[in-house]
Amino acid sequence: MERESMEFDVVIVGAGPAGLSAACKLMQLAEEKDQELMVCVIEKGSEVGAHILSGAVLEPTAMNELFPDWKEKGAPIKTQVKGDEVYYLTGENKGIKTPNFLIPKPMHNEGNYIVSMANVSRWLAEQAEGMGVEIFPGFTASEILFNDDGSVKGVLTGDMGVAEDGSEKDGYMPGMELLAKQTIFAEGCRGHLGKQLMETFNLRDNVDPQHYGLGIKEVWTIEPEKHQEGLVVHTAGWPLDDHTEGGGFLYHMENNQVALGFIIALNYTNPHLSPFDEMQRWKLNPKIAHFLEGGERVAYGARAVNKGGMQSVPKLSFPGGLLVGCDAGFLNGAKIKGNHTAMKTGMLAAEAIMESMLAGDISSKELSLLDEKYKASWVFDELHKTRNFGPALHKFGTVIGGAFAWLDQNIFAGKLPFTWHNTTPDHETLKPAALAKAPVYPKPDGKLTFDKLSSVFLSSTNHEEDQPCHLKLNDPSIPISQNLPLYDEPAQRYCPAGVYEVVADENGEKKFQINGQNCVHCKTCDIKDPAQNITWVTPEGGGGPNYGNM
Amino acid sequence: MKILVGVKRVVDYNVRIQVKADGSGVATDGVKMSMNPFDEIAVEEALRIKEAGKAEEVVAVTIGPKVCQEQLRTALAMGADRAIHVETDDQTQPLTGARILKAVADKEEPKIVLLGKQAIDDDNNQTAQMLAGLSHWPQATFASEVVIDGDTAQVTREIDSGLETLSVDLPAVISVDLRLNEPRYVKLPNIMKAKRKPIEVLTLAELNVEVAPSVTVLKTSTPAKREAGIKVESVDELVTILKEKGLI
Repeated sequence: MERESMEFDVVIVGAGPAGLSAACKLMQLAEEKDQELMVCVIEKGSEVGAHILSGAVLEPTAMNELFPDWKEKGAPIKTQVKGDEVYYLTGENKGIKTPNFLIPKPMHNEGNYIVSMANVSRWLAEQAEGMGVEIFPGFTASEILFNDDGSVKGVLTGDMGVAEDGSEKDGYMPGMELLAKQTIFAEGCRGHLGKQLMETFNLRDNVDPQHYGLGIKEVWTIEPEKHQEGLVVHTAGWPLDDHTEGGGFLYHMENNQVALGFIIALNYTNPHLSPFDEMQRWKLNPKIAHFLEGGERVAYGARAVNKGGMQSVPKLSFPGGLLVGCDAGFLNGAKIKGNHTAMKTGMLAAEAIMESMLAGDISSKELSLLDEKYKASWVFDELHKTRNFGPALHKFGTVIGGAFAWLDQNIFAGKLPFTWHNTTPDHETLKPAALAKAPVYPKPDGKLTFDKLSSVFLSSTNHEEDQPCHLKLNDPSIPISQNLPLYDEPAQRYCPAGVYEVVADENGEKKFQINGQNCVHCKTCDIKDPAQNITWVTPEGGGGPNYGNM
Repeated sequence: MKILVGVKRVVDYNVRIQVKADGSGVATDGVKMSMNPFDEIAVEEALRIKEAGKAEEVVAVTIGPKVCQEQLRTALAMGADRAIHVETDDQTQPLTGARILKAVADKEEPKIVLLGKQAIDDDNNQTAQMLAGLSHWPQATFASEVVIDGDTAQVTREIDSGLETLSVDLPAVISVDLRLNEPRYVKLPNIMKAKRKPIEVLTLAELNVEVAPSVTVLKTSTPAKREAGIKVESVDELVTILKEKGLI
């Protein structure tokens, strides 16, 4: 099929912190070097920010470098961290406050800000547009386009108006080819094109598998007398056992709102575990509940994060394109922060492109300058210092591992002369269902805890009904023939949006049902399915959650 | 022939509405906004009339603060030729809206004013009718089919008992219903082109219209929550409870 095409110097996939920082930096450099540059950003969300979900406590390092005058420019970065509390929860009703000196240094938050990353992204988009970047929300990058020599020449936007059976509806609009000298992939964690690129160009050779966590987040409006703007609360321990990594967060934002959530490492072993229900019951602990009682939940969402750290960072450059931000995986697990590293790697990509451009043609070239720049940057420094944090928790559990992490970070400053590895991918960690005990989760009380469907409703997720399912099964028989008997089909539980169900038809035959329209684009299924049988692809542009200030 | 289409910026239909804590209205800060879906249908119809060779120009108009230009850009990207932004930071009620639209129509002299039948934010369904009244123009509301024939428009309306077909002389006001058409997807190059299309900004003073609210909103509140039910073991128990509650 002959498709329309548009040419740019740089096409960026994803309008998040990494992609937008790359766009802004490119335009700044273009002005500085007196270069004409056509830059376009496409974003699958219906608007910039609609798919951005993050804690978030922002370390402003990268922002200071990108826009030293961000305060004067009115960036929505206003709530300075004023209090930093860490609790070790020992049971449903108990928790002890961890003294400050016992907290690993990277977890200290002096000088950081509590933000809504969705709003920060919207602001970054305004800056980028002001400098001439074309931003197109509501358009997916559905496929990578290759030149005959195998290099990347751009991306194809998704077709619009395709019916569930694949036929063209009225108003069908075929996708367009967006061609670029360099394409920056900034899709976020487990980007579906990033995954293909790593495979096509062997970008993961000689690095550990990526490790992931699933973050489930809510925003609440709480009673004004309980609100302490700037207070940051983290919890470890209950409701997770010592062998399951994860923890909770609760940040007091502006306007009597708190952002709270729970992250569970996706290398958990119990197939009966339900991250959603763990998050819900976590709120019952008095250390959290006392803030929420009398308040109202206003938003809900979920997103996978990568936490493999330094050992899992792939090669970033390949002919015609670059990987940045969480699409590659620069989250600092010890700091529980990845926005500053995402922004910085986006900026490094911009520098690599501009410097290479001034030296010659960059079309379909491999700009390994980005890999060099990353290794020489503070991003690498901080990931190097904290490289044993995640593996320690994985090897020794959260108590002894946590003690090691404290020694490693507070006494040795990350300088111990060894590097631990974690080579088991997250989809290979599940025990058979028969060998694992099913946790008993309390019934939702409708006040502090809720069921999945009423939660998904608060994500404002929406997908055009009549379209092909965007969650592809490589082998449609596996969920019922393998996953069900072996693992009690864990998709029913790990999906935080109730997309996957095992239902019985009229004859009592078990059937795997995919409610794709519920999907909040967290990518957990693509990561955790033990058979690696689920592939997340882009639905029609504009579909998915509509997050406000997540 | 020129068609004037009204476009209103509203909270996106996918977003769950949240009432402000003080009950003064609906929260719109940090909430996704988009073009009123009925107005999108009106824009689409205007474009189809133009594409069928029955009109030469489609002009989109909106009323509101500066940010409303985003919705005008959407209309321009869909294919409108130019846009008019009547800038005001005040809340506009239907009567004021109709007065402003009349002033714009007097200036632009369109043959058809196409409006959504109502905006999904306050569900008034009044502006089109008021505009027709103020202008002394015929009106055809809830259109599910529009056929232009010279100086008249044949409009099929969805009414309680079925379909009604009217013929109205132009100029006329037509308000559109859900089933009139399916708005098109906007093409990428058209979004870029839309950035260069002109938006004329007018003030209320220039149009000689004053914002005079005739209705005061006393309170906005969320619908009452449904209480959880209970399961009963038997019909007898059910009957007893119903009796206790005085329901039978």
